[in-house]
Amino acid sequence: MTASPDTRAEPQIPRGAGSPPRGRSRRAAGEARAGLLLSLPFLVLFLVFIAWPVLQSMIMSFTDMRISDIRTPFAVEFVGLENYRTAFSDPVFRRAAANTAIFVLLGVPLTITAGLAAALALDRGVSRLRSVFRIGFYTPVITSIVAVAVVWRFLLQPENGLVNTVLGWVGIDGPNWLGDERTALLSLVAMAVWRNFGTSMVIFLAGLQAVDRQLHEAAALDGAGRWQRFRHITLPSIRPTMLFVLVTTSIGYLQFFEEPFVMTSGGPLNATISASMYTYNQFGFGNYGVAGAMAYLTFLVIALVTLLQFRLMREK
Amino acid sequence: MIERRRPVITYLVLTAFLLLVITPFIWMVLGSLKSQGELLQVPPTWLPEQPTLDNFQRLFERPFGRYFWNSTVVAVAVTVGNLVFSSMFGYALAHLSFPGKKILFALVLACLMIPGLVTFIPQYVLVVNMGIAGTLPALILPFLVQPFSVFLMRQFFLGLPRELLEAGRIDGVGEIAIFFRIYLPLAGPAFATLGILTFLGSWNNFLWPLVVASSERTYTLPVALALISTGQNQTDYGLLLAGATLIVLPILVVFLFFQRHFIQGIATTGIK
Repeated sequence: MTASPDTRAEPQIPRGAGSPPRGRSRRAAGEARAGLLLSLPFLVLFLVFIAWPVLQSMIMSFTDMRISDIRTPFAVEFVGLENYRTAFSDPVFRRAAANTAIFVLLGVPLTITAGLAAALALDRGVSRLRSVFRIGFYTPVITSIVAVAVVWRFLLQPENGLVNTVLGWVGIDGPNWLGDERTALLSLVAMAVWRNFGTSMVIFLAGLQAVDRQLHEAAALDGAGRWQRFRHITLPSIRPTMLFVLVTTSIGYLQFFEEPFVMTSGGPLNATISASMYTYNQFGFGNYGVAGAMAYLTFLVIALVTLLQFRLMREK
Repeated sequence: MIERRRPVITYLVLTAFLLLVITPFIWMVLGSLKSQGELLQVPPTWLPEQPTLDNFQRLFERPFGRYFWNSTVVAVAVTVGNLVFSSMFGYALAHLSFPGKKILFALVLACLMIPGLVTFIPQYVLVVNMGIAGTLPALILPFLVQPFSVFLMRQFFLGLPRELLEAGRIDGVGEIAIFFRIYLPLAGPAFATLGILTFLGSWNNFLWPLVVASSERTYTLPVALALISTGQNQTDYGLLLAGATLIVLPILVVFLFFQRHFIQGIATTGIK
């Protein structure tokens, strides 16, 4: 039914008189109209629910907007960079930023390594049961974080949790994983790696299709060891995949939020609070302007890190 | 070939790794069938000594049927919306030329990098001012359009030959009809991938419904479970594990059913 204007328009072009320029320009107009019509529904919703909020959030970060201004968002005062200053001078936010940095610096390499190792093993090492392993490794990715949190808190129970019970078998007295300042963040890193390495595995599996098997065999005949072949053949071939995994994993981990939110509420003593979680807390306190500033700071860091990774990986 | 010298070791390592990865799920399902007394036992038991469905019974004394329904309605609506709007826009971006196309695509791509929290507060203010906070539409509307979906559909349509479009034009098929009658019927595989991805994302979505669904009538499963697990039932592990099982099992079944499309889809968007 939406097609009717166009189907009607087409036959109106006089057959013989359809000199190329006129016919083409009329068709181009029809094409442009169709393009706009097909784009419109998405664009309207996109402008209302994504683009405008992005802009609003930026404006908000320069105002003193609070929860009490929710019905009159235009009746707020501009305060310049005050919210950004507040964020930087807040010791909890600084702690949150440091925790996020540790989480990213530990979590990203571990996730990528685990994903690549699993992908290599599945790509070359085994021919049977491949899909069983693949599904099994991917299961944590599709699981609700709330369900994951329930199960992991249960597993990490200090007294009768499975982890400490198993450690007990080999004579190790496991700590109170989530309750101890020294192990809480590490526990969350472990959980995040468990939950996310499946994604990078799947992407690496696709990327490994680009590796030239004959080159591998030739190198092996010339006496190149496994590690040498991996280093000089496999790794360069999957460079674009590596960049993609690195960038997307980093973007995700820089927004580290759900794990501390459901597992530890940021505790003990802010040991696991993350930048995103503290931003959310500011929203909860009703400090919308400050929360907006913090969200934009995270965005800024994400943009910078992404840019840097593109530069470094493109270099050679 | 060369690599297969010691497959036994690879299989052993992979199997050990697999067990490590899926132990939490096994522990969850087994635990949901144990009594509270048995759950607190030191050392813990593996198999339930006296398997019981009591935890699930207690779960359904709460309106968990309702939550399940809410989760389903929201996930289905969000999925359908993404398939419809993103395929239309994605096709236009891939094969039609119209004013502003490049800028629009750049704008959508830029939004892939923007953290969710940036839009969170304005979106919240928006649904409050629209008067729909605490209703199911508030859980659906902001997710009907997602930059990632457009990206995926555009990549897919780019992969379909342009000759189809030219042939349609020669046959006098209207521009919009070309999309609906020629390209859309070929989009099955992309729909499968995008559909399952969006469904999963919506089913597991947590923060937005937690903030916006302010009454029991509109809770989704993750919200309900999160609220139980932080309240007075914090240590009622039987109840919580039963709730976790209830969230995970349906999605696992859906995933097993569609996993081929799913994994291929992620892989292809990752490569391009």
